Amino acid sequence: MARAVSRNTKIGWTIAAWAVALLIFFPILYTIITSLKSEQEAIAGFDLIPSFTLESYQTVQSQNNYWRPFTNSVILAVGSTLLALIVAIPAAWAMAFSPTKRTKDILMWMLSTKMMPAVAVLVPIYLIFLRTGLMDTRIGLTVLLMMINLPIVVWMLYTYFREIPGEILEAARMDGATLRDEILYVLTPMAIPGIASTLLLNIILAWNEAFWTIQLTTTNAAPLSAFIASFSSPQGLFWAKLSAASVMAIAPILVLGWFSQKQLVRGLTFGAVK
Amino acid sequence: MGQITLQGVTKRFGEVEVIPPLDLTIEDGEFVVFVGPSGCGKSTLLRLIAGLEDVSAGDILIDGKNATDASPARRGLAMVFQSYALYPHMSVRKNIAFPLKMAGVSKPEQDRRIEAAAKALNLTSYLDRRPGQLSGGQRQRVAIGRAIVREPSAFLFDEPLSNLDAALRVGMRLEISELHNRLKTTMIYVTHDQVEAMTMADKIVVLQAGRIEQVGSPLDLYLRPKNVFVAGFIGSPRMNLFSGAAAAEYGAMTIGVRPEHIRISGQGGKWKGRVGVSEHLGSDSFFYVEDTGLAETITVRADGEVTLHHGDTVWLTPDEGKIHRFDTNGDRI
Ligand SMILES: Nc1ncnc2c1ncn2[C@@H]1O[C@H](COP(=O)(O)OP(=O)(O)O)[C@@H](O)[C@H]1O
Ligand SMILES: [Mg+2]
Repeated sequence: MARAVSRNTKIGWTIAAWAVALLIFFPILYTIITSLKSEQEAIAGFDLIPSFTLESYQTVQSQNNYWRPFTNSVILAVGSTLLALIVAIPAAWAMAFSPTKRTKDILMWMLSTKMMPAVAVLVPIYLIFLRTGLMDTRIGLTVLLMMINLPIVVWMLYTYFREIPGEILEAARMDGATLRDEILYVLTPMAIPGIASTLLLNIILAWNEAFWTIQLTTTNAAPLSAFIASFSSPQGLFWAKLSAASVMAIAPILVLGWFSQKQLVRGLTFGAVK
Repeated sequence: MGQITLQGVTKRFGEVEVIPPLDLTIEDGEFVVFVGPSGCGKSTLLRLIAGLEDVSAGDILIDGKNATDASPARRGLAMVFQSYALYPHMSVRKNIAFPLKMAGVSKPEQDRRIEAAAKALNLTSYLDRRPGQLSGGQRQRVAIGRAIVREPSAFLFDEPLSNLDAALRVGMRLEISELHNRLKTTMIYVTHDQVEAMTMADKIVVLQAGRIEQVGSPLDLYLRPKNVFVAGFIGSPRMNLFSGAAAAEYGAMTIGVRPEHIRISGQGGKWKGRVGVSEHLGSDSFFYVEDTGLAETITVRADGEVTLHHGDTVWLTPDEGKIHRFDTNGDRI
């Protein structure tokens, strides 16, 4: 039902929405502005107009090669996501299409692992990494990130798969499809949008993961999140350089997010938006 | 060919026996309707025949061959679902082609059959659309198209019209009946709507709680309902049923009189009452008569010209030859 909304109320809400959006976006905007300032400008105080110098970017790149952490970020984010999908697709599949009495409990249990603060298991995992020689390796971190995001991946896929109506699969069976035909021609095409959304969202989550990547890497496997961190501690006062490093770290994922907005909204709302 | 025989077919979900042992034969070319209230097991029975559910006991024979353990694909039956169950990612053409592709039919033959089906179902101009771009009635026709192209030995319909609005429903009902006249293929049609059952069926199977209450032609069921349940279920508006002294007078536990077999008059008659709600359809008028002392209300169908007003005192007289009598078990005497 359409409610009658007065013009003034509408304008009021529009302004409020813009204000909130700007407030949320402002830290990112100010980081970009600061990255385009010289160090003197950056510490001089609040100022929205930078001198548009690229010197911070040059210094960051010359001091600390950007491409190595960038490569690590890509490998970790994509690798852990693909691994998670390989494990989660069959799991979510089984839970969505042949649920048992305990399916709901298993899903809740998986989600409950996300309720625990990561620090709680820092020591055991740190020790495991140390003893098994996984410290500062891409493989160790990929597997760890995969396991951290696995509950969310299973949940998302489960929600998507459950949306596929069982009658369509039965129709395919009546139409003479074998199990292989059913998977190939009916299930997979219907599941792919959901899998794509899950993949995108998980890449972003893995890309932005900062706790474990900072704890468990030094140089070899350090991704961009650790790259930013390395600028904040020893050179914490060089705000322009820190901002430049941050912008370089988030730029790729912002671009990815921008181009896949539609898929992402579907992903973040767990398929509620059709 | 499409003769289907059920022998002692039983279905249990866990502890619950949804279909107690049931026997039924459906002859080749027949239009059989399973009708009964919601939850009585119509869909379950249809799905057992389709092979989408396994029987707990008993046998299903198709054309004399035991098909109890055959997969749905091997039974040679086609099904139209209530939700249409079209493949959303395929065009109408691909949807209709799917069973042919699965059966390995050659491409030119596929095209020939799709064109023929599309023409018969008025779908020719929609062949390249997706199901999401079609109306409910068109989707239903695509589902029927997908069923007919593979030339099955029988069609199974599970409440195919219940998602359509009233006007479309009547139109599709005629189309399905015409399809049956043209193809002469066995059709099993499930519905909870007794009007659909009466208008379409050669043979009606009335189900209640998984049991068959009566099998017969629409007229059979109307004229000679085997028990109180069938008497009350078949016919619209419902048959008037009453027990007590009025029934005892006829030597029965319960008697039933259809609204069209009661005469209403302002002058005099057998039972006295007061007019409650009246409905004037033009061709007929329905009066709901209260305070008769026999039942809450008695429905009477009269000529369209009869005018009576709320609160008028009236007299009702049943047509003695058309009174149905039932014993203590509810069975017809
Ligand atoms: N998969 C199932 N598991 C358990 N009970 C079921 C299942 N399918 C149907 N039933 C039960 O069987 C009964 C008959 O259902 P159904 O055949 O769908 O009825 P109808 O189609 O006549 O409305 C209902 O009581 C329903 O709850
Ligand atoms: Mg049903």
